[in-house]
Amino acid sequence: MVLSAADKTNVKGVFAKIGGQAEEYGGDALERLFVTYPQTKTYFPHFDLSKGSAQVKGHGKKVAAALVEAANHIDDIAGALSKLSDLHAQKLRVDPVNFKLLGQCFLVVVATRNPSLLTPEVHASLDKFLCAVGTVLTAKYR
Amino acid sequence: MVHWSAEEKQLISSIWGKVNVEECGAEALARLLIVYPWTQRFFDNFGNLSSPTAIIGNPKVRAHGKKVLTSFGDAIKNLDNLKATYSKLSELHCDKLHVDPENFRLLGDILVIVLAAHFGKDFTPSCQATWQKLVGVVAHALAHKYH
Repeated sequence: MVLSAADKTNVKGVFAKIGGQAEEYGGDALERLFVTYPQTKTYFPHFDLSKGSAQVKGHGKKVAAALVEAANHIDDIAGALSKLSDLHAQKLRVDPVNFKLLGQCFLVVVATRNPSLLTPEVHASLDKFLCAVGTVLTAKYR
Repeated sequence: MVHWSAEEKQLISSIWGKVNVEECGAEALARLLIVYPWTQRFFDNFGNLSSPTAIIGNPKVRAHGKKVLTSFGDAIKNLDNLKATYSKLSELHCDKLHVDPENFRLLGDILVIVLAAHFGKDFTPSCQATWQKLVGVVAHALAHKYH
């Protein structure tokens, strides 16, 4: 799955529009992940996962920051997320299926908070981007 | 058999009651064909699917989207009996239409996003969870008669 020039423009546009709210989007996406796909909670036994949890918000910030970083270096996502990729392969070992689930939740968050931003074309580009990020993060798994 | 709590049933019916089946169905199917272009393989006879604009404006896409979502409404009326409700449709999708059940999951995810865009903040995490469960169960019922 290769990101076209149009895809890159669309993705950069999304994150430019979201701006500083990206952190909230990240937290919202994680909250939805845990509620919608409870099995994902197994990766966070050490977290307070109750509604409004500061830990979830904090972690959402981190996730959002990584997505922003990837968007800012969209021509070399693998390079931009190399350390995160190592972390996921060596330490976190989150099963690859879960990146799709988080991607779905992120799209839902964009849809709920900024529906006019998510035209079908942008939806397609953003979905591809999120897939690409997931691929990079699992690339060194084996 | 899938269990639906009173809260889940309420979340389903309160959303469904406000859905324009024709618009929502058309949008969901169009987005499926745009976001996952390989799904166009099932619609060779739909005419012009050459661009997102063409897909969104295509009358066959709109009509088929409405048909698909109308059928979804049947599921909602028969939550406790989904496998039986979709038995014939499942056979049809396997034997005649030859649709990989993965496509039902893809359409389900798209439908959730369309609803999220439509309902905004009202599409709470609980709402999303219930609807993801629903589309998953519908996809499962549609795949049930595959052989």
